[in-house]
Amino acid sequence: MPPPRTDKTPVASPDHKRYFIEKLGLSERLMERCLGEALSAGGDYADLYFESVSSTSLGIDESLVKSASQGISVGCGIRVLSGERTGYAYTDDLSSARLLHAARTAALIASGPAKEPIAGFRHTSDNPTLYPIAGAAADAEIAAKLALIQRADRAARAFDPRITQVRAGFSDELRRILVAASDGTFASDTQPLARLNVFVIAQDAGGNDGAGSTARGTSGGGGRVTLDFFEGTHSPEHFAREAARTAILQLDAIAAPAGEMPVVLGPGWPGVLLHEAVGHGLEADFNRKKTSAFAGLIGQKVASEKVTVVDNGLMPNRRGSINMDDEGNPTQETVLIEKGILRGYLSDKLSSRLMGMPNTGSGRRESYHHIPMPRMTNTYMLNGTDMPEDIIKSVQRGLYAVNFGGGQVDITNGKFVFSASEAYLIEDGKVTRPVKGATLIGSGPEALKYVSMVGNDLALDEGIGTCGKAGQSVPVGVGMPTTKLDRMTVGGTGQQ
Amino acid sequence: MPTEAHTAADLKQLASDVLARALRAGATDAEAVVYEGDEFSTLVRLGQVETLKESGSRAIGLRVFIGHRTASTSSSDFSRESLDRLVDGAITLARITSEDPFAGLPDPAEFGQNNSDQHLYFDDVNLQPPAERIEIARAVEAAAMAFDTRIQNSGGGDFDTATSHRILMNSRGFTGEYRRSYCGFSAQPIAHDADGKMQRNYWYSVARTTRLLEDPTAIGQEAARRTLQRLGARQVKTQQAPVVFSPEVARSIVGNIFDAANGDAIYRHASFFAEMLGQRVAGDNVTVIDDGTLVFDHDSGIKTGGFGTAPFDGEGLPTRRTILIENGILKNYVTNTYTARKLGLAASTGNASRSLAGNPGIGAGNFFLQPGTLSPDEIVADVKSGLYVTETMGFGINLVTGDYSQGAAGMWIENGELAYPVEEITIAGNLKDMYKNISAIGNDLVFRAATAAPTLRIEGMTIAGS
Repeated sequence: MPPPRTDKTPVASPDHKRYFIEKLGLSERLMERCLGEALSAGGDYADLYFESVSSTSLGIDESLVKSASQGISVGCGIRVLSGERTGYAYTDDLSSARLLHAARTAALIASGPAKEPIAGFRHTSDNPTLYPIAGAAADAEIAAKLALIQRADRAARAFDPRITQVRAGFSDELRRILVAASDGTFASDTQPLARLNVFVIAQDAGGNDGAGSTARGTSGGGGRVTLDFFEGTHSPEHFAREAARTAILQLDAIAAPAGEMPVVLGPGWPGVLLHEAVGHGLEADFNRKKTSAFAGLIGQKVASEKVTVVDNGLMPNRRGSINMDDEGNPTQETVLIEKGILRGYLSDKLSSRLMGMPNTGSGRRESYHHIPMPRMTNTYMLNGTDMPEDIIKSVQRGLYAVNFGGGQVDITNGKFVFSASEAYLIEDGKVTRPVKGATLIGSGPEALKYVSMVGNDLALDEGIGTCGKAGQSVPVGVGMPTTKLDRMTVGGTGQQ
Repeated sequence: MPTEAHTAADLKQLASDVLARALRAGATDAEAVVYEGDEFSTLVRLGQVETLKESGSRAIGLRVFIGHRTASTSSSDFSRESLDRLVDGAITLARITSEDPFAGLPDPAEFGQNNSDQHLYFDDVNLQPPAERIEIARAVEAAAMAFDTRIQNSGGGDFDTATSHRILMNSRGFTGEYRRSYCGFSAQPIAHDADGKMQRNYWYSVARTTRLLEDPTAIGQEAARRTLQRLGARQVKTQQAPVVFSPEVARSIVGNIFDAANGDAIYRHASFFAEMLGQRVAGDNVTVIDDGTLVFDHDSGIKTGGFGTAPFDGEGLPTRRTILIENGILKNYVTNTYTARKLGLAASTGNASRSLAGNPGIGAGNFFLQPGTLSPDEIVADVKSGLYVTETMGFGINLVTGDYSQGAAGMWIENGELAYPVEEITIAGNLKDMYKNISAIGNDLVFRAATAAPTLRIEGMTIAGS
């Protein structure tokens, strides 16, 4: 174990490495030895990924603070790359014996003569940070966090007497990471993350023509932020009212239509369309293996010329943003689709080396238990020139969907779904009745060809998105302006 | 990489120490869970080993009560300093939570565990040499690739193992522990049709012991058949039609019954089963059971506990058999101690689930819909025009209202036969109606996971397509 030292709350210094050296008792010398062991049976590359995460979660339910928890997780993942092969082992014990043992286990993937030991790391100077280092995770602020969920509870209940159940939760974490690699990489970051969620139930004894009805509503937001983010436009009252509003609205919702029709997506969270329809399909691992419906389509038209889609990890304070990826590379803004033409993939070290293409700094992982792979950060469509109201006016009969619960994609055939949680009918160019939730389905390489209008009101989601791939979850953002797709299949039960 | 050899006695001592420290620090009750696990996974793609992962991990979780206030902490670091923080953190947090008269450990009279051997752990899963595991992954992929010339690519063949050891101990005198083992492999072939359009699918085998894993060649060929079946899929017109759910998809809508009967959702009125106890929620033909004690007898003479079997639940209560729906009538909710108290029920159904941190949730044991007498072919044969669904996608299930809308793929049924593959469609209805409109139940119940269902046919769903 490391020698005891005074526990300082997160230092304001940008030198995130200090935590691992001073607090966890690691040394560059030990890291070099581990990398030497990792490459003792050959291999092209090895890296060590140290991670320390502390997390807090608070929950209010029936106006009582019923849950409060804290967790600490510390460990190291060791990876060896040999051609297309990956060997991986991890340990939650950072003693030199356990680290060296993990390195030897990961080394088993390769079979060849030992590589030259590496001598010295290339210390990258820390770039300007996209987020506050302390984030919201300082223990001293626990009373302030508690106040946030209590305010959310009160605001949701005050919104309407038909709100019968309110749950609100606040959770945050501080994730410190350090990557030391045989290519000389020596980089670290401290990534705060916070989110506030509100969940409500509304009941109306007289709703649904006297039969009574019940509905749910959810809302939430956050990012890589300090607690002062949750004031003003992102206040607990804002999220509480938003959850309550959607629940009340759903009490009288009619069945969503079924079949193919024009669909207008509102700004912000509906950008999950891009995440599912194109984002996953452009992750380099699927394209290297030619298992993606987008494989081989670079330079080809995959969307209408009104569509430009980027993945941007550089947006300050955003949930999907990162100063560096989990392989120690700086993140960047990557153009995926430019005026309808497929431009690029999202890549990590392995994919960029094997495919001979630039590394976009997209190597991410859920934790030290996991092997990194190409992932999205904040994925969104750039503004067009149409006015949102003109877009609605242009639809005779269709669906206007403004909020979504989540989505999924089959990378190989390109079919994707996303499930609307707040949607309305458009009748004669006007937004009319709210409809129940419905799943929308389309084909990734085709769906965006039907984009005929793009608004000038780009917005990003509120900051609660989590993306799952191969069993690993990472925080992401999505966004889009109001967008019209001339046709899409809507999975309701009502009349077309 | 296996973890350092911690004897069971070491880990129990650790749990006991942490409980004693929590009580000294001011807790009136405390509960510790210690988890230790080893995992191995390998992926072979196009005949080459692509990934090889081997590791072990451990963690401890602590839940404390100060009267009717409660909080929890967890740590993967077992150093003295960290364990002090674990205890101090839990006590500090508990003081800021609210008095909740329903919060607290179970009554000691309720503690218990099934003492008979549940056959949950088999040593061979850990002892099998990695080379053999890699060979199985290679063989299952090779069998899929060799099946048909339209299969030229693959997501790979994989082989995974996991073993775990869990100890639960509390200040009211409960101590329990068990080990479980798991192993499994799968193939994910990719097929191309003449236009270059691709489809993937998979098939797999899972077991508690390597001795019960199926033949890799047979599994690889089944994966290939399931993949080829999807080639040339098209949309169908929007319409109402009967839908036949394959066991893989039926499992998910049967799983929704557990979620709807979850006591936590019931007391909040966040379920369409709220206040429906004793009432009809499904057809006469529907009986649904949760059983955390199932042990299966295999032809080979081996016995294995189900994937949802355990000797005790997340609070130290014995697992049991609970009938949720009997001949269409909702008989029981599923609860942990907290929700049973909230609902004014005499006792928990022993469905507490316990992760490292947080209050206990509610989880299923082996959860299933009782099989009927019809073969899957007979269920399809009665359909003049309808959908056989083999895959659903999406998050369009609302347990508050029962509204159901999911992306789907499968085969179109014409005159009682599977005619052609379909995709890019949705199926929609309301679960309240769907459970009442189950018009046929298959005889093909197989537990490939903790939740299982036979083939089901449901009338009157809306299919949206072109």
